[in-house]
Amino acid sequence: MHWLERPDWAPGEIDLERPSVARVYDYYLGGSHNFAVDRQLAQRAIRLMPDLPLIMQANRAFLRRAVRFLLAAGVRQFLDIGSGIPTVGNVHEIVHASDPDAPVVYVDSDPVAVAHSRAILEGNRSATVVQCDLRDPRALFGDPALRAALDLSQPVGVLMIAVLHFVPDSDDPAGVVGRLYDEIAPGSYLALTHATADGDQANARAVGELYAQSPSPLVLRSRAEVSALFKGFSPIDPGIVFLPVWRPESERDSHAHEAERFSGYAGVGLRT
Amino acid sequence: MTSPPDRAVSTGNAVSTGNAVATGNAVATGNAVSTRTAGPARNTALAQAGPGSLRFAGSWARAVAGTSYVPMEIAEVEQFLLTLTEKLAAALLAEPFRSCPGYEVGTALVDAHFTGVETLGRTVSVLGERLLAELGLETRGDGEPDELRSRLAVLQGSFAEGFADALRSRTLDEQEAIRHAVLVTREEAERALRASEARFRAVFADAAIGIGIGDLAGNILDVNQSLSDMLGYPVEELCRHSATDFVHPDDAPEVWQLYAQLVAGERDHFRSEKRYFRKDGAVLWTDLTVSLIRDDSGEPRYMVAMFEDISERHSLQNRLHHQAMHDPLTHLPNRSLFFERLSRIFAEAPEHTRLGLCYLDLDGFKVVNDALGHDIGDQLLVTVADRLKACAADGGHLLARMGGDEFVVLVEDSQGTGQVVAVADRLLRCLDQPIRIGGHDLAVSASIGVVEREIRTSSSADVMQAADITLYWAKSDGKSRWALFDSERNDREVARYTLSAALPSALDRGEFEVEYQPLVRFSDGSLVGVEALVRWRHPTYGRLSPDRFISLAEETGLIVPLGRWVLREACREARRWQDMSPDRRFFVSVNLAVRQSRDPALVSDVTAILEETGLEPGRLQLELTESAIMGTADEALAVLHTLSDKGIRIAIDDFGTGYSNLAYLRHLPVHSLKIAGSFIEGLRSSEDGDPVDRQIVGALVSLAHALDLDVTAEGVETFVQAERLKVIGCDAGQGWLFARPAPASAIDALLAPGFTFPIRPEYP
Repeated sequence: MHWLERPDWAPGEIDLERPSVARVYDYYLGGSHNFAVDRQLAQRAIRLMPDLPLIMQANRAFLRRAVRFLLAAGVRQFLDIGSGIPTVGNVHEIVHASDPDAPVVYVDSDPVAVAHSRAILEGNRSATVVQCDLRDPRALFGDPALRAALDLSQPVGVLMIAVLHFVPDSDDPAGVVGRLYDEIAPGSYLALTHATADGDQANARAVGELYAQSPSPLVLRSRAEVSALFKGFSPIDPGIVFLPVWRPESERDSHAHEAERFSGYAGVGLRT
Repeated sequence: MTSPPDRAVSTGNAVSTGNAVATGNAVATGNAVSTRTAGPARNTALAQAGPGSLRFAGSWARAVAGTSYVPMEIAEVEQFLLTLTEKLAAALLAEPFRSCPGYEVGTALVDAHFTGVETLGRTVSVLGERLLAELGLETRGDGEPDELRSRLAVLQGSFAEGFADALRSRTLDEQEAIRHAVLVTREEAERALRASEARFRAVFADAAIGIGIGDLAGNILDVNQSLSDMLGYPVEELCRHSATDFVHPDDAPEVWQLYAQLVAGERDHFRSEKRYFRKDGAVLWTDLTVSLIRDDSGEPRYMVAMFEDISERHSLQNRLHHQAMHDPLTHLPNRSLFFERLSRIFAEAPEHTRLGLCYLDLDGFKVVNDALGHDIGDQLLVTVADRLKACAADGGHLLARMGGDEFVVLVEDSQGTGQVVAVADRLLRCLDQPIRIGGHDLAVSASIGVVEREIRTSSSADVMQAADITLYWAKSDGKSRWALFDSERNDREVARYTLSAALPSALDRGEFEVEYQPLVRFSDGSLVGVEALVRWRHPTYGRLSPDRFISLAEETGLIVPLGRWVLREACREARRWQDMSPDRRFFVSVNLAVRQSRDPALVSDVTAILEETGLEPGRLQLELTESAIMGTADEALAVLHTLSDKGIRIAIDDFGTGYSNLAYLRHLPVHSLKIAGSFIEGLRSSEDGDPVDRQIVGALVSLAHALDLDVTAEGVETFVQAERLKVIGCDAGQGWLFARPAPASAIDALLAPGFTFPIRPEYP
């Protein structure tokens, strides 16, 4: 009966009645790539946690610093898993500013985010978009577009920014990262950020409960749980820390005295 | 983006208005004045702008920090804002004054993704509060600062306009972009869906298998041409039906259970073989697969059923099955079908179920086949089968042909032996009328073994074995009859069989022994000889007398080696007795079975044993039965003559029980007659002795004496008998009155000189 089922290459159903985390994230960052339903969720979340836009900015700022760090470390190809709606300050912009030929592959499961990314990146030969669910690394690394863009025998900078907290324990996020580890060459890096209630507990929990009603429930994980996701990777100094504290470019950028307000961990690991 | 509107005129006005000296048509003048007067001041300001702009850019950066997401670190932000600050500073002092740089700065902020509304508010505030001060333009006392403040206000307004304009454009662009992305995605999804549907349609329409789609209530929503063709209904008509309209009475119950589970969402598929009635009433066999289609939330919505027409395969299977289960000659069920049915009863019927079997075999069918040929034989079997079938069908019983001329009727759910015997009677009767085939009237009879029992006491193998044995009984009891299985008779036969099987090794293991019973002369009570009697010390059954095993030994042929062994034993003992009393006339009498008497090696065996033991031939007597002697062919008679000529005595055992040709008797080399114990019994008691027996015995004795034969009476148990036999003139007697059979050693004492047996009671 397989011929009665939706072919797996077809985009999933688009339901504009339900918020999409990619578009909600865009709203947090001041973008307008979103719809009323997305803005509703975002505004309710901001009411519960007024710092959310700042946190998202810090998250985005970590992405920028991490990519710059990886570039400095010699990484010349990037895989951004859970790339969402590409607003300003995208990975390929940062990468191509220093090496216009370095390939960047964006991966998302949201068909609208993917279609938008394609439109943005049209004509850019060094950036590619792949629609795939990160919970299936074998399918991801088997994707012909990805394999054409990346040389998996060479180190890759893998970015999983604000995405693993949408993978519930039942989907085995550590297993997902573990299978990813197996696919990438030694010398590759994994940079990730992850929501936590370790800092601003009450507000973070309230946002977690809000997201629980959405199509993408949020799993807040402790520092230990986030560390466990890096199994096999060698931690890069300073390890897993609150978002702004990871290698800030200036004292003023670090928000050192109130880093825990940012309710998110960041870290980079080396695949040895 | 729209081009930035220039506010030069209004700015000029504002500046002039701000000037106290300005009058009518003062616009140009005011401008000229201000330009003139402002010239050096501006230059001074520009010269000082470096550090002032830097300071303001810092204030500005702090004011907007965190209000928008921009992909820059704070230092980068400050650098970016510094260029904008300098642009604004230049605009403030420019002659002629133009407002468009303010607009451009607003646009530039949005382009750098300073999209937060707070960025706008805080920028306007910081411009108003800090710009002039940081640039060092507030210290002038000539009224110019007022004009600068007016220009700043104009720039602030223009900035806000540019910011809002750019933000609106950006917002609209992004909204359009995201909607476009949605559109593209939808189109792709729809294209995929259309492709999928087209493929589905193609498969649906052109498939050789029948496909039907129904809702959960069973309503048929759509069917393809193949299904319509298979069932013989037009598509539209089928769509007015429900799946449940196609129940077939012989559907396996699980088909509809599976269907119910599917509808309930408890299973996603099932597969089964199912029959359908075509519209024309014919039966369609299908290999049916039904799948459940769920919606996105997992709720059952539709069913898709696929039908493969397997009618032909089925009819072929049925034909092959029928062929495998039926006899091609009579078309009756064959033994396979019969055993299948029988096994099923034993496997499935309740344990108190009874069943009956009539195992039938034609009498003398081989003769018909041999005499009239196989064609006639086959035709006879067909006719017999027809008659039996009619008879069995009356009672609703299964008739099968087991092979050859054997048939069996199975009485399921038997009500008892009577019912099954009645069936057997009817079967026999239906063959009473001769069968006419090819001009021959063939009289046919049959024998039937009948078995009837409760199934829990038995097994199919037991029942068949019992039927087989019982059929054999019916045959051996005289044919043209039924016999009913009798477990006691069976037990006896089983015991016989067991003994017969044990006989050969018993001889090897020395389980036989010989006993001797004295023969006593009536005239003086002296011992004239002994009869050797063989015994079997069976390890399980104990001591067995010859009547238990001699006939078995005859059947199996073991009698020859056994007889030889007894002869050798007896001769060995007799030789011993010969040595003990060499002058006494004394013989040992040994029985010869019929089979032994016809054994070509008999003479050489006897001769060899006599030589081997050294026994005088006159001391050996061989006992043969009447039938053994009378029925002998000439060669066998010659053997007796040879033995007799050697001096060996020949006696006829059990005389009077067969049909002796008395006239012939005189030509036989016989020395003695032994009168069967049954005649002697009639001489038992003094009161009621049978006078006829007495006369017979008298006649026999007379006859024997006339032929010069001596006579021994067997079974002498009383003095009365002994007395009478003595009176009649019988020569010798043997029986419990004198002695029971005893081991050889017991005979030694009887050979002592002067020993005699009492012939009459010795009353004190």
